[in-house]
Amino acid sequence: MAINIDKTICVGCGACLKACPYDAIDMIGRKAIMNANCVHCGSCVDSCKFKAITSTASDAPKADLAEWKGILVFAETRDGAPAKVALELLGRGRGLADERKVPLYAALLGHQVEPLAQTLIAHGADVVLTVDDPQLAEFRTAPFCRALTGVIREIKPEIVLIGATVIGRDLAPRTANRLRTGLTADCTELAIEAASGLLLQTRPAFGGNVMATIICPNHRPQMSTVRPGVMKPLAADPNRKGEVKPVKIGLKDADLKVIVRETIRSAAKHVDLAEAQVIVAGGRGVGGAQQFGVVRDLAALLGGEIGASRAAVESGWIGHDHQVGQTGKSVSPKLYIALGISGAIQHLAGISGADFVVAVNRDPLAPIMKAADVAIVGDLHQVAPLLAAEIRRHRKEASA
Amino acid sequence: MNIIVTVKQVPDTNDVRIDPTTGTLIREGVPSIVNPEDRHAVELALELREAAGGGRVTVISMGPPQAEVALREVLAMGADEAILLSDRAFAGADTLATASALSYAIKKIGNFDLIICGRQAIDGDTAQVGPQLAEFLQIPQVTYVLTARFSYGGLLIERQTDSGTQRLTAPLPALLTCLKETNVPRIPTLPGCIGAYREKTFTVWSAKDIAAPAEQIGLKGSPTQVRRTFTPAPKGEGRILTGEPAATVRQTLDILLEKGLI
Repeated sequence: MAINIDKTICVGCGACLKACPYDAIDMIGRKAIMNANCVHCGSCVDSCKFKAITSTASDAPKADLAEWKGILVFAETRDGAPAKVALELLGRGRGLADERKVPLYAALLGHQVEPLAQTLIAHGADVVLTVDDPQLAEFRTAPFCRALTGVIREIKPEIVLIGATVIGRDLAPRTANRLRTGLTADCTELAIEAASGLLLQTRPAFGGNVMATIICPNHRPQMSTVRPGVMKPLAADPNRKGEVKPVKIGLKDADLKVIVRETIRSAAKHVDLAEAQVIVAGGRGVGGAQQFGVVRDLAALLGGEIGASRAAVESGWIGHDHQVGQTGKSVSPKLYIALGISGAIQHLAGISGADFVVAVNRDPLAPIMKAADVAIVGDLHQVAPLLAAEIRRHRKEASA
Repeated sequence: MNIIVTVKQVPDTNDVRIDPTTGTLIREGVPSIVNPEDRHAVELALELREAAGGGRVTVISMGPPQAEVALREVLAMGADEAILLSDRAFAGADTLATASALSYAIKKIGNFDLIICGRQAIDGDTAQVGPQLAEFLQIPQVTYVLTARFSYGGLLIERQTDSGTQRLTAPLPALLTCLKETNVPRIPTLPGCIGAYREKTFTVWSAKDIAAPAEQIGLKGSPTQVRRTFTPAPKGEGRILTGEPAATVRQTLDILLEKGLI
């Protein structure tokens, strides 16, 4: 897409300046002029009442795009089992594959991993492509890139989905470049555009302050990394039938130059926000490290994990492994209780997978209040302890 | 030891606010800064240059002419030379086209042992340019680097993983992307700041200067396109409870019990 401003039509009203999220339009001599910040997002096109701004679609798709069929999920493994995000991607991939009426493939790379194939089939895969090599026992970029690229070239899928984990964010860009195709990072929504059949890849952009929908019209496969914790896995169906196909990939000496000397698992208690069913999170409104006690109490009472906003983490009140949102983690609990969190878009994007949100904030206009299922206007230091007391009282009555 | 560091000038996205009524970005007063993790990348390069007992640290950026400010800032930290890729032909680049332009520039620089990038930029958060650049240059990559030092003619690296850390060795040349935890970037000294403007070499290269084919850079070299940007719609349908805490808490508890959430 290229953006053109017709200077003969432009009246210099400035509406496009306000619409542009990237500060890419200057007003020079009462005419709107595009500057180098433009990312061709098209936000200005609709803003112009005088139709002075037009966008032209880029080159028509190449004819061979139709050869690419099917959805491929990279099945990352962790401790000898499929990573949770792999099952989440199979869940979403199944929906996309059904919509496109194409098969859902899983790429399972590793050493002696074939027993995991049935788990992938039970979660929605039609065909599991396995690459088995002792050099793939532990993740390293180059051999995994060689293997994944080989699988992709073998089956030619129209879409490739990879979890946006440390492994996925290392592997995906290298692989996408080797295939000279597009890659969209950290997607939180995936959909098929009805008219074109294109994958609509939606992600937080501009530091999470806006959402952007990205397409990859003229290259295949369309590749996305997808944030863990956003998509929902299907319930496992052990009777589901699928096919397991080994793929032979010849690794090269050049792939083996980086050598893993030691792998150290973090000794600290693992804060598992992505897996948590209940999260109680605190933000700037909590007021201090000591005051975080109210958040901890309620979390402990509900058997949940403790979350935090970026503001609370950056104030040093709680460790960064508790952070929910853009640079932290996406979560998908059944219940999310936000205490004194205003709800910056990156935070709201991080909790978009939560089933039920309760927010407590003194400001009824805070963005979190609109995102919440129940928004309590009030001081969290009064409300949270009271809620804890009421829950205790209720439990006592229920057990009596 | 010749080290190239990629640097991006970014808006300080922490300062961006949304207009609650129009739902659009409020950009006024949002300063441009050196991408935070890139400052750690520069620091790591300076430390490795010192450990090697010599060499050059070249910083490179792609962006509009005003990105010069960001490059001068890292020159003031102690980098030796700066190159800015600035040309309308680079505009509209996605991560692949950005990495492509950088790769042509780095091939023109020629002699390098190591490339260091920040893990990701705060305006895009993609973390893709580093690995894509490594692939264009056909050199090994190590991402999410915590520490790196010379060892046996290569690098001994500690990197973060999803479940802990990993120690590995990599040959040179290689490309690293580093995290904030890597180091504490030095503050430019006053002589450093003056030198950054008076003594250090600062060069602007166009697409022609780096002999980058038009179809491999900018909008034309970008497989991905932005279809639309929007501020997410509020979920709506929520219940707002006001009044005495005792009453609002009681109502909340009833809702949570009814939904079977506690």
